[in-house]
Parts: sequence; structure tokens; C-alpha cells
Amino acid sequence: MTTPRTLFEKVWDAHQVVAEKPDAPAVLYIDLHLVHEVTSPQAFDELRRRELPVRRPDRTLATLDHSTPTLPAAADGTRPYTTAQAEAQVHTLENNCAAFGIELHGWDSDARGIVHVIGPELGATQPGMTIVCGDSHTSTHGAFGALAFGIGTTEVGHVLATQCLLQRKPKTFAIHVDHALPAGVSAKDLVLHVIATIGVGGGTGHVLEFRGPAIEALSMEERMTVCNMAIEAGARAGMIAPDDTTFAWLKGRPRAPQGDAWDRAVAHWKTLKSDDGARYDREVRIDASTVRPTVTYGTHPGMAAAMDAPVPAAANAQESRALDYMQVTAGKAMAGTPVDVVFVGSCTNSRLPDLRAAAEVLRGRSVAEGVRMLVVPGSESVRRAAEAEGLHEVFTAAGAEWRVPGCSMCIAMNGDLAQPGQLVVSTSNRNFEGRQGKGARTVLASPATAAASAVAGCIADPRSFFQTSEAAA
Amino acid sequence: MKPLTQLRSRTAVLAHTNIDTDRIIPARFLTTTERTGLGEHAFEDWRYRADGSDNPDFELNRPEARGCQILVAGRNFGCGSSREHAPWALLDFGIQAVLSSEIADIFRSNALKNGLLAVVVSEAEHRWLLDHPGVELRIDVAGGFIELPDDGRFAFELDGFARHCLLHGVDQLGFIRQHAAEIEAFEQRVEQAA
Repeated sequence: MTTPRTLFEKVWDAHQVVAEKPDAPAVLYIDLHLVHEVTSPQAFDELRRRELPVRRPDRTLATLDHSTPTLPAAADGTRPYTTAQAEAQVHTLENNCAAFGIELHGWDSDARGIVHVIGPELGATQPGMTIVCGDSHTSTHGAFGALAFGIGTTEVGHVLATQCLLQRKPKTFAIHVDHALPAGVSAKDLVLHVIATIGVGGGTGHVLEFRGPAIEALSMEERMTVCNMAIEAGARAGMIAPDDTTFAWLKGRPRAPQGDAWDRAVAHWKTLKSDDGARYDREVRIDASTVRPTVTYGTHPGMAAAMDAPVPAAANAQESRALDYMQVTAGKAMAGTPVDVVFVGSCTNSRLPDLRAAAEVLRGRSVAEGVRMLVVPGSESVRRAAEAEGLHEVFTAAGAEWRVPGCSMCIAMNGDLAQPGQLVVSTSNRNFEGRQGKGARTVLASPATAAASAVAGCIADPRSFFQTSEAAA
Repeated sequence: MKPLTQLRSRTAVLAHTNIDTDRIIPARFLTTTERTGLGEHAFEDWRYRADGSDNPDFELNRPEARGCQILVAGRNFGCGSSREHAPWALLDFGIQAVLSSEIADIFRSNALKNGLLAVVVSEAEHRWLLDHPGVELRIDVAGGFIELPDDGRFAFELDGFARHCLLHGVDQLGFIRQHAAEIEAFEQRVEQAA
């Protein structure tokens, strides 16, 4: 009898080119390497220095997303880059992809977008794969049952040159999510709740596996939101076993297997789940039915609570400093806090269902006076689909700005940023001090909460907006 | 990477927990295509006042912290993004080692690949180091211990391979490329099975 294995162990075992030894890490094969402009230039330089080619351009996929402006190009084709250096960085990736034979979804591609949005859209992300990118939110792709994690630029060079990485086997951590999320409560609320439960460093050294009925009930986009934020609990990767939801979502996508190959792939993918009796290094149980619309109140994603619950008292000097920075009062709920800026976008929440959730709240309503709202679709595909449904008109009619795809205000390195002191309700993944602009105060939230807060002018529970619109209909 | 066998320096202390990589090097400096020159922006938003002058309240701006190569930092140092610009910025700033009770996975991996010693010590030792800023330490990479001025020692765990790479300046890309035949065989096996 074979030892029961977890999903992670099955994917790990299948990719060990050289097994891990006490004195040497495993040589792990990488099926898909995603590349963007910020973390790759120095890696390509290293290949040039050593006169090495990219070993598998066919397993490498590049896009432009971080440094790119989200305002459209001028009539003469020039784009409003925030600095000449940002523009030069984009050109560097264009040149590197041309020189090394890598498929780039650049400005002229109708599939360009945030790297963690387009990988799945193209069907490049598949169950059982190992996927890396010089970006910590690579954990997103674990939603498909892939082992996907962020790497540094030196490792980007390793993968470009060898298609392999040196890795120590991480530990496993099962997050069992029982029961079902209440109506009007989203995957974003759930993952913020999970991070608040296990802590911002609670997953360090581990791969998370999200499992249980509440996870199985999630759509692929919701699963991506959950796995995206595994890194915010310190875990390099989060995984969800693939199932019929996964297969139906992938079928027919450009890079997905076709015909007989599809059937063979699905038969294999069905084996990619943790065996009964498989052991995890750690386990925790979460009751989904207790989750309410959740927001952050501090300066890391673990400082999160239901928006109608009192903000916990600071447990130490750092938390006290975080509350001061956020201008938040312990004992008072976050709901009702005045808002300056609302951002809907990022690899966490910029997919079509996210935009629909925001639009449902905004339809027939207006962004409150004095509030600026940016809606940035995750990819050109999302943008086209949203425009085909008229969502862009809902946003612009409400007074929000409808932008060109990119990372935008999540990382705030393209010129989309908040001013010092401004409070941003953001559907992104990090509320670190200064993340969205020096001195900016970030409150992480779901797309529906973000939209409700834009309308109310203060942090607001979206469920009352849904009920109103149903009553009106 | 240059070999690193030991490091002797006074410590500077940044006691904040969860110092994230945006804190270490804000994203607006990531448009560079070089590895060098990031030191002047390390901890930028803590380090400088609005007028660009040094913030005297920032721990690393204090006279006694100048020239310290060992940073003792609060728990979960380096959390957040995968940007290798964080260890590049610290090294360029003059930091050669980071000691904490917990260091985020990706940061630690990036740091060690650049010869920045990222060392996890026990909670009690961490507490002691936080309480003794400016103490002169000697970090012995081969021996796996930190030597205190009174000859006391804090042992630390370091992955054997990471230690070997630090001590001998091993080129890890070269190391992987020694397995070229196995990589080739793996690809053939997988592609035949598909």
C-alpha cells in the first residue's frame, strides 16, 4: 500500500529532477515561467553575461503590467509613462523577449494584462503544473491545483537558463473551510478572515491547501482570489484540488489541451487531490458561515476584522503605531470611516465577476462627492467582456474612472497612487504603510464593499445595497 | 557571489515586527533595470523627512547605527513581495546580515543568494539582541553560531547547502547546469508520457 499523499506532495514528487538530499535541495522542474518587466531585466543580463539561451521559450510567457500606465495612449501612440525609467523598463522587456524568442503579450496583444490574470485566461495555467514568476502573487495559480510560487530575480535567471529551481520541500498546512459563505459575503472576505485567523506570518515555510465544502462551492475566480492571498499569510503557495469547476473553466482555452489530449489530461487531473489519510504538518478549521464583510484596519493583511466589529485594541507597540498611521480608533468599527479613494482592480480582484459585483452596487447610483474611484480591469480580455456587458458605462455613469489593464494602484509604481493621508478602500492584496503612495492609508476589501463604500463615501456593508436593488426591481 | 565565512560588526536594531519589502524598498524605485544603486533608497519613507533631509527619529540614522553591518529586526522581517531589490538595497546600504526570530521565505531565499546572511535565532536570543543594540557580534558561518562579546554563543540553523554556497561563493546557476543530463532526461520522460 502506498502512503497517502497530499495534493502538494503529488505535484512536488512529479517535478523532482534530482531528489532533495540532506546536503542539497531538490532540482525542481518548472512547467510554466511567467515573466514581467520589473523583476526580469537583471536576469536576462545574467544570461547575456554567461552567453546562455533561454532553455524553453515555449514554457515562458511574458506580459507588461506593473510599470504600465492605465490611461490610454495619445493619438500619436505615445503612452503616459510616469517616468522615462518606467518606459525604458518596458522597452527592455520588449527587447529581451525579441532577443530570446519569448512570447510577449505587449501593447499590441489583445491578451495583455496582469500576469496572474492572463496565465489562467490563456489556459497556460493548468492543474498539476509547477508555475513560477518573479512576483509573490504567483500563488494565484494554485487555484487550479498547480504548485505556483513567487521567486526572486536570481531565480528568474535560473529558470530562464535551466527551466529548474533549487528548492527545499516546504511543509503542508491544510485550511479546512466548513459550511458555506452567507449570501453577500465574498471570497475576499473569507481570505481576509483566514489571514486574520492564522496571522500574517502564520503560513511561513508552508504550502497552504484550501479545502472543504465552502472552497468547493467557489468559482474559479473566487478560488484565485483566495490563493492569491496565501502569500499574505506568509505561505509562498496556496493550492486547491482541481474539480469539475476547474475543468469546465479551462476547456477550450487557447493553451489548454484539445481533443483526446484534453480527455487524457482531465483523467490525470482528477487524481490531483489529497488522498484520504494524507497528513499535513498543520491544520486549521474555519467556519465559513461566520464570515461577514471583512476589511483591514491596520498596516498588514492580518490586521483584518468584520467591518461591523470593533477594531481590536493594539496588542503591542507596532499595532499601536499601525492604528495611529491608519487614524483608526480601537473599539470602534471600521464601517462608517470616511473614504477618499476607491480602487477596484489588481491580481486579487480584477476579473469579470469582480467587476460585475462592483457594477451591481453602482448601477443607478453615484460615487459620493469628493471620492475618486478607479476601476482597472485585469486584462484586455476582461476589459472587452466587461464592455460587451456595458459595465464600463455603469462605472463611468456613476463617476468612476474606467482604465486600461495593469497592476495600477495595487503597487502604485505606474503613477496611479493616492496622496499622503488619503484613505483608500482597495480590492488589492497589501495594506502596507505607503504601499499605494507615501502616507496613503489602505483598507483592503472585496469589490462589492469597495463599490458600496464609494457610493456611501464611507466604509459600507454591500449587503444593504444588494437588498435595496432587489427591493427596487 | 563572494565567499562569506564570518562577519564582525556592531548591531543596529529595527524592532518593528513585519517589516515588509515595500518598507525596505518602495515600489516606485523598482523601475530600475540594474541591481546597483538602491542603497540610497533603502527604508526611504522612514529614513527621510518630506524635505529630503534625514529623519533623526529613524533608528538607522542615529550616529551609533552608522556603519553597522548587522541588522537585528523584529519578527517576520521581509514579508510581502518577491522583489530581490530588497536584499540588493540592504547590501548597497551596507547591511551584510539580518537577524530575526522569523524571516519571510522569499526574502530569505533572495538574501542568501546574494550573500546577505539572513539568520533566524530563537525567541529568547532575539529578545536579548533587541534589548542590546550596538553589541559587537561575530557571526561564524561555518560554525553556525553568533559570538557575543563575553564569549557566549547563540547557535543558529542554516540550511547545509545555503551554508556551503556562502562559504565557497558557489554559483548556483552553475550548480543546476551540472544536472543538464538529468534535466534533459526528465523532459524526455514527461513529454513521452503526455
